Amino acid sequence: MATEIIATPSLLRFATAGSVDDGKSTLVGRLLHDTKSILADAYEAVARVSHERGSTEVDLALLTDGLRAEREQGITIDVAYRYFSTPRRTFILADCPGHVQYTRNTVTGASTADALVVLVDARYGVVEQTRRHLAVASLLRVPHVIVAVNKIDLLDYAEAPYRSIARHVESHAEALGLPSVISIPVSALVGDNVAVRSEQTPWYDGPTVLDVLETAPSIDEGADAVAAAHRHGIAHPTAADAAAAEPGWRLPVQLVLRPQDAAVDPAYREYRGYAGQVAEGTLRVGDHVVVQPSGRRTTVAGIDTPDGPLEFAGPGRSVAVRLADDVDVSRGDLLASASDASGAVKAFAAHVAWLAERPLRVRDRVLVQHGSATVQAMVTSIDGVLDIGLPGGTLDASIKEGHELLLNDIGVVRLQLAAPLAIEDYGHRRRTGAFVLIDPQDGATLAAGTARDKALGVTGDAYVSI
Amino acid sequence: MTDVTTATVAPPRPTTLDTLESEGIHIIREAVGGARKPALLFSGGKDSVVVLHLAAKAFWPARVPVELLHVDTGHNFQEVLDFRDRTVERLGLRLQVASVQDYIDDGRLRERPDGTRNPLQTVPLLDAIAGHGYDVVLGGARRDEEKARAKERVVSLRDEFGQWDPRNQRPELWNLYNSRHLPGQHVRVFPLSNWTELDVWRYIEREGIELPGLYYAHEREVFQRDGMWLTPHHSVRVRETDTIETRVVRYRTVGDASCTGAVESSAATVDEVIAEVAATRITERGATRADDRLTEAAMEDRKKEGYF
Repeated sequence: MATEIIATPSLLRFATAGSVDDGKSTLVGRLLHDTKSILADAYEAVARVSHERGSTEVDLALLTDGLRAEREQGITIDVAYRYFSTPRRTFILADCPGHVQYTRNTVTGASTADALVVLVDARYGVVEQTRRHLAVASLLRVPHVIVAVNKIDLLDYAEAPYRSIARHVESHAEALGLPSVISIPVSALVGDNVAVRSEQTPWYDGPTVLDVLETAPSIDEGADAVAAAHRHGIAHPTAADAAAAEPGWRLPVQLVLRPQDAAVDPAYREYRGYAGQVAEGTLRVGDHVVVQPSGRRTTVAGIDTPDGPLEFAGPGRSVAVRLADDVDVSRGDLLASASDASGAVKAFAAHVAWLAERPLRVRDRVLVQHGSATVQAMVTSIDGVLDIGLPGGTLDASIKEGHELLLNDIGVVRLQLAAPLAIEDYGHRRRTGAFVLIDPQDGATLAAGTARDKALGVTGDAYVSI
Repeated sequence: MTDVTTATVAPPRPTTLDTLESEGIHIIREAVGGARKPALLFSGGKDSVVVLHLAAKAFWPARVPVELLHVDTGHNFQEVLDFRDRTVERLGLRLQVASVQDYIDDGRLRERPDGTRNPLQTVPLLDAIAGHGYDVVLGGARRDEEKARAKERVVSLRDEFGQWDPRNQRPELWNLYNSRHLPGQHVRVFPLSNWTELDVWRYIEREGIELPGLYYAHEREVFQRDGMWLTPHHSVRVRETDTIETRVVRYRTVGDASCTGAVESSAATVDEVIAEVAATRITERGATRADDRLTEAAMEDRKKEGYF
């Protein structure tokens, strides 16, 4: 058994979302408990507190309520991260509270998630909050959505309510363009179909929640390419299929490495490399490169790490890149594969999730942080606000009129930049389509943004090229 | 060159350690790239050793362009301090030490009745940050250590008093870390936020990272207090009722000797430690840190006051 644990599994990041009383904390506690991730003293502490509060059962929800204010109020006020592993995989769980700061927390958790687990109470089915979660998953392009239809024990494990909810979820998922959504009947309290297959649901032959989490490909493992292959009818795409479907690569430059007198070895005195993490795709030695925003072209001369040179570097890998020509590159620039690089822009449209107390209005000045670049910007228009309850069914049909964004609003915004940025459509590239807005005065993070070449409810070209 | 026709040239699936290493390097580069004067908290403990190892990789082939800072409680294990100094020397770096003892000697801080000095580190730390003008301070804290830490951001804003305000944290989206702050404020940056104790040990094994010998099983004179094995040390008052005996122990954390307990263990190699950590049923801090047991919210209270 020890050797299984010590093996080197891959990593999956997932988020959980649910309304109050959907049993989300219990589901998280159940996942931790059933994967034997709760250590003895932590379990004893929870058992002790449960007992002090007069409860006869061990309240697994207490495992995830971290801060004193939350314990006193019995609510979860902020995203908490949990870590657990099975022999097949290690997991980073972003536990997002559902009631206050709803958009802020769910958007934060979903922004890094390979999968989103949405809790639905089997007695009430798909409610407005569920549609909100699915809308956020669609806007942020979370690759996998698992709808945990919870509390089926309270319905005596009846099949019909589950089937009806699953059909509802499916039609929403289709309208939202979510590539991979599965509904699973569970009881977090008892443990049915969470980590262990339930004997109470013989009518359900699908995977457990943990089965999906253990096998779903992460973004860095080519989740998008796998989903694309599925759409093209390839059930089991190979690594080569996934790589072939991959459209070029991007690497935001974090630092220029020029050791000179600070070289660890005199042989590297004259070294010049560009440090960054591969944001998308796989770069290879010899690839043609465009440096953005300058547009200069060169080729990849080498990919270096302290452990030796590489022939290629896949998504998520931190490396240093040497270029064949002596071109001007600095922190904040973007290296892009020449085959599909798009130009830098000085204005763009985006979906903006507003996370600050003060409102966003037209002509407001903000900072746009994109990769390692930060640029001044001005809001040139606010073209609408998404009704996240999706009364129109689709995102497009649910944009209502609005000319300012309030806390937790998601709006369609146009921004004018003081300097060009190589910002791209989030629908095709998460990392180079994502940005945050920052208050130029106090440095606060104001909003999460996803650039769109086809913004919701907006006609015409959203991008204005330089 | 981008024409891929066979599976053999596709990159292998990254392992958890590959992903965590690249994420840590990305965080360190981002923190330092945006800093005016960065510092790295380095005690010689395993987490800070791993952060320094990641920093060395992040800036290779240049030396780490960051000063190291250690808050010395005066209760540290001598062999950990020796290890700290050897490491600083080997990497050609500069170390600043803020001494709790100095503060006690000149009356700025008073010894606590229980003799524990961990809570006393806050003031010297904040003074050192302000005195040296550090604006970005890298540390080895992990979210899995404790419930309050589970909610802290990778980049965490501290006000003029070094305080962490858990209810007013900036949202942290994608891998876009916002380290902007006003004069007088600074940010703490935690590149190991997403690592578990087991990840740290597996990485130490993979990278062949050297640690102070205390982390591995050795014979030591110890006595039991509050269910922990403490060792006789100038910082610990041994009572007449304490029975000192020699046992084979190791340390899971190497902080202040007055409140850091050893665990009985025969794990003398990295592999054996990994096997032990993988099988353990008690959290790292629960087993070895008396100060975290004070109250359920002990860590949260200290973090709000500017602790690591």
